Amino acid sequence: MSVEVRQVNKTFGSYKALQDVSLKVNSGELVALLGPSGSGKTTLLRMIAGMEVPDRSQNSEEGKILFFNQDVAKWSVSQRQVGFVFQHYALFKHMSVFENIAFGLRVRPRGQRPSNAQIHDRVKQLLQLIQLEGFGDRFPMQLSGGQRQRVALARALAIEPKVLLLDEPFGALDAKVRQKLREWLRRLHEQMHTTTILVTHDQEEALEVADRVVVMNQAKIEQIGTPEEVFHRPASEFVIDFLGSVNVFSGRSSETLKGESKVYVRPHELQISRNSIDHTSISGQVQKIHRAGASAKVFVQTDNDQKVRVDVPMNQLQSLELGIGQQVFITPMQAHVFSPDYTI
Amino acid sequence: MSSTEGFSHESRDPKWVQFLLIGLTLGFVFLLLILPLGVIFWEAFRKGIKTYALALSDRNAQSAIALTLLATAISVPVNMFFGLAAAWATTKYSFRGKSLLISIIDLPFAISPVIAGLMLILLYGIHGWFGSTLQSFGLQVIFAVPGVVLATMFVTVPFVARELIPVMQEQGSEQEWAAVSLGASGWQTFVKVTLPNIRWALLYGVLLCSARAMGEFGAVSVVSSNIRGLTNTLPLQIDALYNDYNAPAAFALSSILASLSILTLIAKSWLEARIDYRSKDKEELL
Repeated sequence: MSVEVRQVNKTFGSYKALQDVSLKVNSGELVALLGPSGSGKTTLLRMIAGMEVPDRSQNSEEGKILFFNQDVAKWSVSQRQVGFVFQHYALFKHMSVFENIAFGLRVRPRGQRPSNAQIHDRVKQLLQLIQLEGFGDRFPMQLSGGQRQRVALARALAIEPKVLLLDEPFGALDAKVRQKLREWLRRLHEQMHTTTILVTHDQEEALEVADRVVVMNQAKIEQIGTPEEVFHRPASEFVIDFLGSVNVFSGRSSETLKGESKVYVRPHELQISRNSIDHTSISGQVQKIHRAGASAKVFVQTDNDQKVRVDVPMNQLQSLELGIGQQVFITPMQAHVFSPDYTI
Repeated sequence: MSSTEGFSHESRDPKWVQFLLIGLTLGFVFLLLILPLGVIFWEAFRKGIKTYALALSDRNAQSAIALTLLATAISVPVNMFFGLAAAWATTKYSFRGKSLLISIIDLPFAISPVIAGLMLILLYGIHGWFGSTLQSFGLQVIFAVPGVVLATMFVTVPFVARELIPVMQEQGSEQEWAAVSLGASGWQTFVKVTLPNIRWALLYGVLLCSARAMGEFGAVSVVSSNIRGLTNTLPLQIDALYNDYNAPAAFALSSILASLSILTLIAKSWLEARIDYRSKDKEELL
């Protein structure tokens, strides 16, 4: 089912949480809302779930939320049939894993409630799906963080939601578990094709899992695009800065550009060499080398006193025979230029 | 030394310091708490079981016990309901003056019970603000049973709310949101999710509230005017008997009141052990 948000505003007191935000999520798509804390991404998610109400507006076309082209503004949270997964799981502590997953089925009105046997089968299926068969009798306290989050997901899936909303689902887990669950979530999505919106502040997570990424900053959407698009063709300084580390050269130091414009170059887009390659090469001195990782991080202090990070593949690092204090030249192979009036 | 205790001074402090501190505490508790309580039971039964039974079978005594139980039976459920509502309102909603409201709930803790009684007289007494209106309906509040119940309710207002608010604040409302998003109605959410999460705190608050309701003297004394057999609660009746130099009867009734308090205390420690066990459980596994 498609989800659409049309020109939504939200203020809390004098604080603007969302400013003129529009977004369309296609049926079966997995979209990530990516941004720093306070960017409004969680507010947007909660609004889609019905936990927050958009500010009222004079224009009747503004401030709308549509599920499959149907205005759901007046629908309560339970009517919207969304599966919501919280960062801190929000499992019912006093219920077993089985009862947690069965909750959504058990609270249905008598006429629509499945029989006990049906509930049992459905929960069994879901336990299998989240690879926690045999954990039905455990209590949430007895599970690890990753297991708890899978139970929370199964609980949300039990009601066969039209939309799955995940609020920083892996935010409270350690890196290794997060990586695993991320891959698992992507596989799960490919099986089920439930329209999914995921909120995260982890750019790697967003780029790896989502079909499309919505980058948010200060209550606004900065860019919407596929992971390739937002990474390789960032629409704003904020986007390139937020999606991974980047070196910033001011217009003056690069000489090729006029005015106030800034040049952004990612560490892997810089080439390091003993000799100058062309007129864009900048000379400098090696300050530090971090060798842990797939490629080495070389920190260079340029002659005009700028600190630059260059990512150098390990084999290249060896052939260059770099050492601390070494004079080198760095040359951008690719650059993103942003100036106040135009973007490339 | 058990490993769960973490830092313990046991090994560092000299033995005599330990003995001194333990001895002091025990002596203090014995002199000020256990001895007086023991004296009550000793005095109550000193003149024999017959005198004791006679004191209890007195019509006024029984009426006092009944009134105490009535006031408790009304004020505890009312305050339980109010406490739940207040805790829910202050933790799940945000509104202007919320912190002020939380402070006001504590008012009965800060105000002397005597003043509380006087306030009730000023409001509901015959010459009070609502006195004449109430009288035209044939209702007498002050110097009557309703006044006693009102005074008891006033002094016990904070107990349940005070226990629930921190617990509910800590839990936030994510579990409730989760329940609602899964299709639960408001009532289902309350019964199946909220209530089980706060049940121990609620019970604890109710117990404290009951103990206070049964033992209240000051506020009730002002509004009841000590009509024996009519508006005297247990504490008031005990006071009256004692002033009549009827010590055996006073002590007999005291033993009843003290027994009720001890029962509450036992229930309270049992609950505390449970709550403690549960929170320890949580820490270990998180």
